[in-house]
Amino acid sequence: MTTTTSETRPAAPAAPKTQTVTLAKALNTALADAMAADDRVVVFGEDVAELGGVFRITDGLAARFGSERCFDTPLAEASILGTAIGMAMYGFRPVVEMQFDAFAYPSFEQLVSHLAKMRNRTRGALPMPVVVRIPYGGGIGGVEHHSDSSEAYIAHTPGIQVVTPSTVEDAYWLLRSAVASPDPVVFFEPKRLYWSKAAVTLPVTTGPIGTAAVRRQGRDATLIAYGQSVPVALEAAQHGAELGYDLEVVDLRSLVPFDDATVAASVERTGRAIVVHEASGFAGFGAEVAARVSERCFYRLEAPVLRVTGLDLPYPPPKMEHWYLPSADRILDAVERAMAA
Amino acid sequence: MTLLDLPAATGRATPAPDSSRPHDHEYQVTGPGPYWDTEPLRYLDERGAPAEGGLRVDPALLEPERLLAAYRALRLARAFDTEATNLVMQGHLAVYPSCRGQEACQAAAALALRPEDWLLPTYRDTAALAVRGIDPVEALTLLRGSWHCGYDAKKWRTAPQCTPLATQAPHAVGLGLGAKLAGDPVVALCLLGDGATSEGDFHEACNSAAVYQTPTVFLIQNNQYAISVPLHKQTRARALSDKAIGYGMPGVRVDGNDVIAVLQVLGEAFERARSGGGPTLIEAVTYRVRPHTNADDANRYREQAEVEAWLARDPLDRLAAFLRASGHLDDSLDEQIGRDCERYAESMRAQLALEPDVAPAEMFEHVYAVPTRQLAEQRAMVEAGEDA
Repeated sequence: MTTTTSETRPAAPAAPKTQTVTLAKALNTALADAMAADDRVVVFGEDVAELGGVFRITDGLAARFGSERCFDTPLAEASILGTAIGMAMYGFRPVVEMQFDAFAYPSFEQLVSHLAKMRNRTRGALPMPVVVRIPYGGGIGGVEHHSDSSEAYIAHTPGIQVVTPSTVEDAYWLLRSAVASPDPVVFFEPKRLYWSKAAVTLPVTTGPIGTAAVRRQGRDATLIAYGQSVPVALEAAQHGAELGYDLEVVDLRSLVPFDDATVAASVERTGRAIVVHEASGFAGFGAEVAARVSERCFYRLEAPVLRVTGLDLPYPPPKMEHWYLPSADRILDAVERAMAA
Repeated sequence: MTLLDLPAATGRATPAPDSSRPHDHEYQVTGPGPYWDTEPLRYLDERGAPAEGGLRVDPALLEPERLLAAYRALRLARAFDTEATNLVMQGHLAVYPSCRGQEACQAAAALALRPEDWLLPTYRDTAALAVRGIDPVEALTLLRGSWHCGYDAKKWRTAPQCTPLATQAPHAVGLGLGAKLAGDPVVALCLLGDGATSEGDFHEACNSAAVYQTPTVFLIQNNQYAISVPLHKQTRARALSDKAIGYGMPGVRVDGNDVIAVLQVLGEAFERARSGGGPTLIEAVTYRVRPHTNADDANRYREQAEVEAWLARDPLDRLAAFLRASGHLDDSLDEQIGRDCERYAESMRAQLALEPDVAPAEMFEHVYAVPTRQLAEQRAMVEAGEDA
């Protein structure tokens, strides 16, 4: 094993300045800082250079770092990821952008059969420090194929780390950590939160990959969420307080590795767990969370672990997506059921 | 230096096509196939004599030492393949896809590479690994049924043998791009079969390599069959090398049973790649003499007469005839090479007859740089079961 401290932790922050930044800008700054810190970091994908990406996450990188470090690719997702794998074999640290969740599917075979397995197949000789950025999720009025939540497909694959931020601070630090990771990371960007803002001092440090965060403390039930479901869970907790429910909110941040300790400790305190995500519920990531909670906290549970998720439908069109998405109301309905149990 | 050779800031300039491409003929698709049956480039004819109007080759390739090195490599590849075929029959390998008949491609691929070049092989290219110098027992690790490739992939600059067809082709683009960005005169050689040219990853890789102008060489060993499916069910293209036209890269069609010709076209492609000339697509026309693997029954889909016709074009016999006619090879040297090969095969036999060490805990070690807590728990569970 060749892991070193410098490989797993980004360079130390410098020259702090507090300002109001969007989550999108935090991601953009993280990429720029990672490229400045390590010239092996290269960024490529569809429309990422001159346009700066359709969501502008790579804005300015080509101008600042040149066309060797940030470049547009042909419209070919398997080739984008396969090229990243080859560059990682050569010693680079590629960060690739998949333009939208559902457009990443052509790269699935590269991800499952090669990115996830190359370290293992070569007994560590060819590690894969590759980041695959995927804007995901709905609620933005996107037409079909623009609002998928594909995390369960990927979290099911051993060898990949899967993270998704819900805050501006985590957007910066998780992306820096992903670029610095010796293992491949699929970085799901909650596109509905791109324009959320916070007053932060960049660079900022939060928790490492593999740790969840308690966003709100409470005694009655734990809402377990990630990505853009976290603000929805927090909204539900706020309304819940008016109804007399004291709700805790855990932001998973990292689906793989999974922080069993933080999740189980929270449910041990509250005795109730409700998992929230946008992806369809059937065989979704919430099923894994529910099973893990049940395995660890069964004798402390006051109610069955419940899930509040997207419906088991193809993601609906813009005018209908509000019926599909988990809302604060649906979460509170689940809270009422759990509290009545 | 603009390492990527991307068009300037406007992004609209397109480089002019290379008029030196050997593709000025026109398509004539008339009636049923086989449209691919046009004469490929060759130096030796089917009997091993210099072909009339044949390929002009670099005189250095025809130096006796180079020719004998090629002959030794062919014999080594044949010995390796024969022994591996025996070993799988005896149950010492889980499976073995033979390269018999394709040794000229196997040997030439390995001989064309410098130590710093990268090789991206498939499961049928184990003989090329052996010719490259990788220990045959290490090279057979995957086919012996293990979970890793056996050899040090970084040291040998040889990717693990790839089973999902054509999926290693984009890696060859990335390796070439990495070399180009680093300013290294390094080439990535991707080995493929005819069936792989139908895969999407083949198309994406060729297109990307041409767009980025990476030092990547795609060598298609057209052995006429994808398991049981003959080439005419795989493509309507007259020649697989014609696919290069659409990507804007040179495409070359060569007799894959003529090691001198394969070395010549690979040498040209490597030189072009090293000097910034971008990728090349080579179709080597050859034949898979044995079934797909030991588990396959080729009698279900092809006639023995077809196999016999190709055996008459055997790549070893052709070079041996040429070497004997030119006075570089006699019985004594041939027998000496034969004895060397037999020693090599004996060593394979002795080592592969031993049961490999199987340590289940090792399965957990390289999934991640640092195992997850969940993996550590599963490892402890498996180890406890072992001890029980």
